[in-house]
Amino acid sequence: MIDYEYKIPADLHEVFTLLKEYGEKATLVAGGTDVMVKIRNTRKAPEVLISLRRLEDLRYIRKNGGYRIGGLTTHRMLELSNLVRTELSALHDAASQVGSVQVRNVATLGGNICNAAPSADTAAPLLVLDATVVLEGPGGRRRVPIAEFFKGTYRTVKEPDEVLIEFDIPEKMGAFGSAYWKHSRRKAMELPLIGIAVSVKLSEANEIEDSRIALTVAAPTPIRAYLAEDFLRGKPFTDQVLKEAGEIASSSECCTLRTSLRCEAWYREDMIKIFVPRMAKLAAERIKSR
Amino acid sequence: MKKVSVSFTLNGEPVTIEVPTTWNLLKVLRECFELNGAKEGCGVGECGCCTVIVDGDAVNSCIYPIPEIEGRSVLSVEGISGTDGGLHPLQKAFLENNAVQCGFCTSGMIMSAKALLDKNPEPTEDEIRTGISGNFCRCTGYVQIVEAIEMAAKNKEGNF
Repeated sequence: MIDYEYKIPADLHEVFTLLKEYGEKATLVAGGTDVMVKIRNTRKAPEVLISLRRLEDLRYIRKNGGYRIGGLTTHRMLELSNLVRTELSALHDAASQVGSVQVRNVATLGGNICNAAPSADTAAPLLVLDATVVLEGPGGRRRVPIAEFFKGTYRTVKEPDEVLIEFDIPEKMGAFGSAYWKHSRRKAMELPLIGIAVSVKLSEANEIEDSRIALTVAAPTPIRAYLAEDFLRGKPFTDQVLKEAGEIASSSECCTLRTSLRCEAWYREDMIKIFVPRMAKLAAERIKSR
Repeated sequence: MKKVSVSFTLNGEPVTIEVPTTWNLLKVLRECFELNGAKEGCGVGECGCCTVIVDGDAVNSCIYPIPEIEGRSVLSVEGISGTDGGLHPLQKAFLENNAVQCGFCTSGMIMSAKALLDKNPEPTEDEIRTGISGNFCRCTGYVQIVEAIEMAAKNKEGNF
């Protein structure tokens, strides 16, 4: 018989009081689209659920030099934000395709990242935008680069008594164009078979000053394809160069592709080769048209 | 079984109920208020048969923990007819366009459509399809549903 207490703290201070009181008995819940589904599917629940839903001052999208997104910001807020669409485009691509409208209305960015599925749509854009995760716990605040946040499948470095309060994206990423491709069979309500995000900064002479490439469903955690990025740096922005970057990104030096129930490894490899160049070009088009 | 007392607005009326803490909004609507429009198709927030509107946003009520509804306003399909009991333009359009076959998805589909039209009264076909992308229909193939929503948007009689 599933039974739990459901606490709705009014502010962060109360959250930490409750976490201290209940310790291991408690799980944090935000939008609930992962936690409530897991309870339903496993027929097991923690003794106490601590809801973050009323922490309205953790829902924000701000630009002040750099970009700051509150941990409780919903995917729908990101989807409807002009700022995110024009300057953090890959994140907009991803957030707009998570689940469905009903899911996006309640599901939070912090929750998506803390759930840490290898397929998390918003992870790849945050990786190519050099995001930093800001955690707060009884010991104070700490900052973790997103590339160091994922420990394993569904595991992060966040402690159970910490709350993910914010994502910081550095000001300089505003000069990059970015794009995310969610490769899936349906147009909604599905996990990606493979997710590819690219951000790129071009010089006047159309050379790649800098770029980032991130992949999801290509390893136990969302990853950056560092070797492919190193290859691109300083090179001219041509089809041949991008094609080679795609091949490096899809190789076993960058990722560990699996055959899973939904998709075979060779197909994932093929799609990385196709979509790394395509997303790089889309990212470049976006800075030019800004 | 731990219980919780919750007060909220339901189809314009203030209500208070006491139910087990673990109940979700869908179960409360059906068991406490006999509002059987919203239905359980999957129980995990994927099919949209349970869609209702909370504070203006379409949500999956099957994964909406009942304690969270405190102080909020809920609109179910039973609450969208006119004050004289007449059909809502969306309901009329669904009937006129053969957008209902078995009817299981219809309540949720109409609530998603209403949530869309309330915020975007003149959606493109693409926007309609995105707006109902969280509502599965196994019968119609969606064409008549999209056309019904287009018709309702065109024939809008003032407020939705």
